[in-house]
Amino acid sequence: MVQDLGYLKETASQTAGPYVHIGLTPNFGGISGVFESDLGSAMVNDETLGPRIAVTGRVIDGAGAPLKDALIEIWQADAAGLYNSPSETRGAADPNFTGWGRSPTSAEDGTFVFETIKPGRVPFKNGRLMAPHISFWIVARGINIGLHTRMYFPDEAAANAEDPLLQRIEHRHRAETLVAGGQSPNYVFDIHLQGEKETVFLDI
Amino acid sequence: MSETENRKRETGAFFQRDRDWHPPAFAPGYKTSVLRSPRKALLSLDNTISEITGPVFGHSMLGELDNDLIHNFAKPGESAIGERIIVHGRVLDERGRPVAGALLEFWQANAGGRYRHKKESYLAPLDPNFGGCGRAITDENGYYGFRTIRPGAYPWPNGVNDWRPAHIHFSVFGHGFAQRLITQMYFEGDPMIWKCPIVGTIPDRRAIEQLIAPLDWANTIPMDARAYKFDIVLRGRRSTFFENRPEGN
Repeated sequence: MVQDLGYLKETASQTAGPYVHIGLTPNFGGISGVFESDLGSAMVNDETLGPRIAVTGRVIDGAGAPLKDALIEIWQADAAGLYNSPSETRGAADPNFTGWGRSPTSAEDGTFVFETIKPGRVPFKNGRLMAPHISFWIVARGINIGLHTRMYFPDEAAANAEDPLLQRIEHRHRAETLVAGGQSPNYVFDIHLQGEKETVFLDI
Repeated sequence: MSETENRKRETGAFFQRDRDWHPPAFAPGYKTSVLRSPRKALLSLDNTISEITGPVFGHSMLGELDNDLIHNFAKPGESAIGERIIVHGRVLDERGRPVAGALLEFWQANAGGRYRHKKESYLAPLDPNFGGCGRAITDENGYYGFRTIRPGAYPWPNGVNDWRPAHIHFSVFGHGFAQRLITQMYFEGDPMIWKCPIVGTIPDRRAIEQLIAPLDWANTIPMDARAYKFDIVLRGRRSTFFENRPEGN
């Protein structure tokens, strides 16, 4: 016998189901009067520093159809490359930027929309800088555990080329699945759940 | 910022997720997962600062009735129909430490098994006094609680005769973006748990049992509401004692 490590097991994930919008974006889902506004619907205000951008996109299933019942969350650094989080030890982030956004995909065409700012670069563990990126988390009916991925910027080719995460992708053409289309300030990031263009998802 | 004071300034990477404990992406018994599951291997990577950080949700954002689903959609003086229950418990991490300031959001069907959603077409009626959503933020000990009615079971199109056991959906936001979790709580003693294809996506019986809230007789309020206790565990953090700390980490 040895000592018991005493660790607990993480609670198992379950799908968000078809009605995730009731819980996480109730005003969008048609339930008004319970919460004043939907959390994560505004990331910026008039004082936020940095270049304004919009990120739109769709989550596309293995039959090529966009998911109309999905929910996307993003998390990113401010324009100076600082996270608005107690675990950020390098300095104080822009108080006018939350860094966190949440968007349902629309019932009409399955698009999500984030009005945000372009993030600055943040360091990897060895101090090397990562390319500017936005972390994504995707849940929906049929997705048993939330999917993590990242969006990088098409106009940051030099930074992307030296990004430690992008460099870890063995099949080089798959790294392109993490680079948005469009151009500043309107970027388009389509997420493919399956198929030839399957997005690189992260176990992170 | 008093709201952030109860959040310890921790910077360790999160424990790696045990992917054999969670349901796999592709679980054909749950048909919708077939076309919505990534088929290529995930890219495994230790956390960076982008994953160990996360936003803070302050208690000040909560309204008085946010954790009372019996009343938060009801007309004044009225209340939702159904068995009155209290759901409460703690959010811990894998080290057994309380997660203070965790945001919990919950949603559920009404007592008849009907969701308030335009795409929902089950025969059971809506309850005009029940919306079906609520939220809470854990206190400094990781404790949360809310009041609601016990949701009904309902049929869903998967197999010819599949039913969901009574359940409450939980979304949990801990301290880091990598801890993000959505799960479902089930009720002790419900035989339908073991017939459900969505429950059945979880490979390990112990992981399923961890989702079943026991009746908490001690906390049941006489002549008012029964209590169910549901503890939630998020990923733990590695100790940073021994980590190299290059500039910027």
